[in-house]
Amino acid sequence: MSLLLIALGIPVAGGALAVALGRFPRAATAAGVSSAVIGCVLGLVAIGGPLSTGATIALRLPWRVPYGEFSVAVDSLSAVFLLVIFGVSLLAAAYGAQYLLAYRQRKSLGAPWLFFNLLVASMALLVMARNGILFLMAWEVMAIASFFLVTFEHEKADVRNAGWTYLVAAHVGTAFLLVFFAILGLEAGSMDFDRFAALQPLAPALASALFLLAVAGFGAKAGFVPLHVWLPEAHPAAPSHVSALMSGVMLKTGIYGILRALTFLGPPPAWWGLLLICIGLTSGVLGVLFALAQHDLKRLLAYHSVENIGIIALGMGVGVWGMSQGQAVVAVLGFSGAVLHVVNHAVFKALLFLGAGSVLHATGERKMDRLGGLLKKMPVTGGTFLIAAAAISGVPPLNGFVSEFLIIMGALSNTTDGGIATAAPLLAVVGLGLIGGLAVACFTKAFGVVFLGSPRTGRASQAHESPVSMLLPMIILAVLCVVIGVGAPLAAMVVLPAAAQVAGADSQLVMSNVVAVTLVARNIAGVAAGVLVMVALLALGRWLLLAGRKVTTAVTWDCGYERPTPRMQYTSSSFAQPLVDVFSRLLSPRSHIERPTGYFPHSATLHTETPDVFLNKGYRPLFEWINLASISLRWLQHGRVHLYLLYIFVTLVVLLIWQLGLRGGV
Amino acid sequence: MRPETLLFQACAFVLAPLLLGVINRTKAVFAGRMGAPLLQPYHDLWKLLRKGAVYSSTTTWVFRAGPVVGLATVIIAVLLTPVGKVGAVVAFPGDLIAFAGLLGLMRFFTIVAAMDTGSSFEGMGASREAMIAALAEPALFLGLLVLVLVSGSLSLTGMVGAIGIDTWLRTTGAVLALAAATIFLVMLAENARIPVDDPNTHLELTMVHEVMVLDHSGPDFGYIMYAAALKLWVFSALIVGILLPVRTGNILADGGLLLVGMLVVAIVVGVVESSMARLRMLHVPHLLTAAGGLGALAVALALVVG
Repeated sequence: MSLLLIALGIPVAGGALAVALGRFPRAATAAGVSSAVIGCVLGLVAIGGPLSTGATIALRLPWRVPYGEFSVAVDSLSAVFLLVIFGVSLLAAAYGAQYLLAYRQRKSLGAPWLFFNLLVASMALLVMARNGILFLMAWEVMAIASFFLVTFEHEKADVRNAGWTYLVAAHVGTAFLLVFFAILGLEAGSMDFDRFAALQPLAPALASALFLLAVAGFGAKAGFVPLHVWLPEAHPAAPSHVSALMSGVMLKTGIYGILRALTFLGPPPAWWGLLLICIGLTSGVLGVLFALAQHDLKRLLAYHSVENIGIIALGMGVGVWGMSQGQAVVAVLGFSGAVLHVVNHAVFKALLFLGAGSVLHATGERKMDRLGGLLKKMPVTGGTFLIAAAAISGVPPLNGFVSEFLIIMGALSNTTDGGIATAAPLLAVVGLGLIGGLAVACFTKAFGVVFLGSPRTGRASQAHESPVSMLLPMIILAVLCVVIGVGAPLAAMVVLPAAAQVAGADSQLVMSNVVAVTLVARNIAGVAAGVLVMVALLALGRWLLLAGRKVTTAVTWDCGYERPTPRMQYTSSSFAQPLVDVFSRLLSPRSHIERPTGYFPHSATLHTETPDVFLNKGYRPLFEWINLASISLRWLQHGRVHLYLLYIFVTLVVLLIWQLGLRGGV
Repeated sequence: MRPETLLFQACAFVLAPLLLGVINRTKAVFAGRMGAPLLQPYHDLWKLLRKGAVYSSTTTWVFRAGPVVGLATVIIAVLLTPVGKVGAVVAFPGDLIAFAGLLGLMRFFTIVAAMDTGSSFEGMGASREAMIAALAEPALFLGLLVLVLVSGSLSLTGMVGAIGIDTWLRTTGAVLALAAATIFLVMLAENARIPVDDPNTHLELTMVHEVMVLDHSGPDFGYIMYAAALKLWVFSALIVGILLPVRTGNILADGGLLLVGMLVVAIVVGVVESSMARLRMLHVPHLLTAAGGLGALAVALALVVG
């Protein structure tokens, strides 16, 4: 445990050093990055034990904060999340070194590295915390650190806007969590997680209220629809290695929170599972549809995180449903799928954001319709992006398929016999089918428009491959996509203890499930290996067939037209148009058309966009109303500091009197 | 693994192109033409495999990988698909999900290979294919789900194996019919047949699947044609498995019966193609939603009937 705490301390110290060295960009980068890398490597070494043996390590130190105690522990659930946090942070930090140096003329690089390292350390502390106060403090540090990272380019108005949206969303979520922990603390008489867990069985109404609070509070961080609106704003605004960390890892702290909360709340009723499945379906389908309609690469990726969070929610829903019906196999499979998808999404979404960053680094463009043909200029970025795009679409032989497979198997293993009412898990199956098909459409579009065809602008045609320090993390992540796909049984073994812990299954049951899950995983691994072998054989066959024959190149067939131009290519909007049209009721896309007029028309334009319905029709009117309503309170805020001090004094006196009155009353 | 399983599986790889020949001959008969020989697809494949290739200068390795990955995935899918009661070479709980996933991988690579040419026609085909497939996928899942509920098995072989004549005679018969109809509609969509797509059209603007592979030539195109034939075989085999739940015990009789069933499916596809026009692209989503609706209805009935 002391090794883990050192692993957390080093990045923070290194970050502080980076700030001190702020005037020397290379030195600050070296301090920030090397401390983050060392911290993450030490962390990965330290969690090796809990991951392989399933043993829990814990540490308690006295702490002078009221109700607080510095109580940390690593059990199976924490260990899997720590694996994701340290693994992705390590690669993102290594990638960020070169990426941020591009800004050294305009920006001090000390503070960004401090906040990056604080973000890593706070996320790790968060999943280790076993005390409500410590947890909330780590949660808050995480929110603040990531806010400063999002607003890295704060001279841009839209970045500032994104930052505020994020800050508000984060704190609305925290408000729910404060209530959640306050109620639990009142019931348990302590903020200690062990005492929370000992509360069971809670009164059903109280447990359900706590569950809803946890879903709202943690869901705002994870990005459940309709609490997702900050995500497509904040992720594109942040530097790409930060987007990778936020989207790949930080969202998952919300998932961790819900899973941890489930261990406090005791046996769930069936409707919790149904609620999670409905949330998963809504987030999954709307997330991928909005992603499909975007033209900005990073915005597309951000919306797609909403989709993947939806898939994770489906897995958790199936798991909770299995618990409620007393079906351990369903529960363990559902939670295994959810936890494995946490790992998988961290791998491929981090890779996609790093790839998008590499494109941005090379061309300065995020608009897909100004890119194209980059695979020839950037073979490594393009190749790894293709692997991640296929993986996120949930097709074999890659990792995304494994976790979706486990979730579907969980849902199909439901043997409760009671007509339509017991069919809830089947919703997850059909939902995953629809989501999978739409994801293929979305990622063939993203990869095809950006990397294939011919360059649409000069910037795209002058692109260059990124430096090795940026490519290496991407290659490692791409290899992981294949390794988890082909090594599915091993991956299942890593997540299984965590899943069993949440499902609350006893060790006997877990052992029987281990066999079931690994058998399932072995079969998928077999299919994956079969696909790879068959591809190799057929590629060899093709090579043999073409050897010694005439192979020529010519212009692309365009109905005999001799001079195709890049402008004639299908764009991201035209590619998405049929599906966007089918779902236009949900998406309400806008188009601005300037039609050609007259006999000799010279100009015509078409511009489409799909803004977030929830932001425009839900939150914006709400916050405008709040703004109007609070005008009447403006007399309180006048800018005179001595009066503000008076407010504080009066509040203090009132609180003291109240407290004394309470004492007297008792 | 029984020897007859291997034998029937080998049939898939040999006889799949024949289905295309049967469809084309059926259409010719309806149109009052002589039509191409039944074995024309074999001649085409042989011709393509002997040729060199022409590549667009815009393309990269992704374009060349498309046909290879497409054929590889559909071959694995064939190994998972039971031929009637005989069963598949590879069967495990959940292989139906792997089956759907493999089709997804095939589609992914067909689409990116098409986009690699930078042609507006192929981009258009890719875009339409993505739309059609995205809407067909939930219908396929629903259709397979019905079979899971009716048979209680999680593998395609087990599902088809559990369907007997008595299953049809009980109340589950209606459910099975709905499932078969759903899978038939998905088959038409996935295999680019009328009313979703017209494999015979000669205008690039109206094609979907054909336009995506316009720039492929030689062995690459041969791979694509063969993969298309195998994909048609896979879906026909599923439908025959549901509709023809007979097993005599005699290998030759079983094999003959199954083969006749497959040919009948091909003839039905040919009849559909001859007797109706292709739907307007705007109406294709309605057809696929209807397929999904049939599937959902079947699932609901299966849950009630139990």
